[in-house]
Amino acid sequence: MTPATGRFKAGDRVTVKFEDRPGHLRTPWYIRGKSGWIEKVYGDFLNPELLAFGKDGLPKKTLYSVAFNHTEVFGKSAGAKDKVLVDIYDQWLEPKI
Amino acid sequence: MSDDHGHDHPKHELSYYAKRVYAIRDLLVEKGVITEKDIQCQIEYQEARTPANGAKLVARAWTDPEFKARFIVDPKAACAEMGIDATAINEFVVLENSEKVRHMVVCTLCSCYPRPILGRPPDWYKSFNYRQRSVADPRGVMREFGLELPDDVEVRVHDSTADIRYIVLPLRPAGTENWRAADLEKLVTRDSMIGVMEALPAIPQES
Repeated sequence: MTPATGRFKAGDRVTVKFEDRPGHLRTPWYIRGKSGWIEKVYGDFLNPELLAFGKDGLPKKTLYSVAFNHTEVFGKSAGAKDKVLVDIYDQWLEPKI
Repeated sequence: MSDDHGHDHPKHELSYYAKRVYAIRDLLVEKGVITEKDIQCQIEYQEARTPANGAKLVARAWTDPEFKARFIVDPKAACAEMGIDATAINEFVVLENSEKVRHMVVCTLCSCYPRPILGRPPDWYKSFNYRQRSVADPRGVMREFGLELPDDVEVRVHDSTADIRYIVLPLRPAGTENWRAADLEKLVTRDSMIGVMEALPAIPQES
């Protein structure tokens, strides 16, 4: 894993951009616009949104495990402590204000 | 393409995608890009990778605390140590279950799966049903696999949308304290390493 150069560190509160555009988007729809926190910083990876079109994937993007409270994403949940964790690249995240 | 080129095609009517796959395969062979032998070798390689690889890793982790620590810190190195080729995985992460936390893995975007460790994914793992409901209602999905978790247990669903492949390290079944790794392996199911159920319960060993 290449060391991370992204904007966030573990524990930072973040919001996923609510964005839709043509292309190869690797951020699931159900999580767009939702807020959570950085659970883990995985490192820098080739950008799949460019790789999908035969490009070199550079510059690399930092990949995070972003955690969300299940209740915040799906409204009701059987377990109040349940979490959904999604692997999301840096360009999809904004600091939660 | 002629019909007498060395292998049999299925006799029943093929779907659109099956026809396309066979046509592409035949063209690649005809043009010398790959050979029939390459295809056969690749099939055998794919079929050789089974959940038995994962079961070996889990059983060793249960019985060898130092190995378990290495497995969690550097899973690919731990695989190499056990003779399991995990080099095809970009990054590999072990999710350790505890009495208070249970992990479950899905890829909602496609069917990302730790194939070198668990082989080919089951069809249900790739279904829209599992991919939708595992995130929206993980406890409901677990219940269908026979796992009813108490409310105070935290369920963590991991959506592997990117370069990370996940395996769940299930809890060691009660009553297996004196078991050898070779016997424990039999309790480690594929589904317990996806996280939709526990490892199998211990049944008394014949002495």
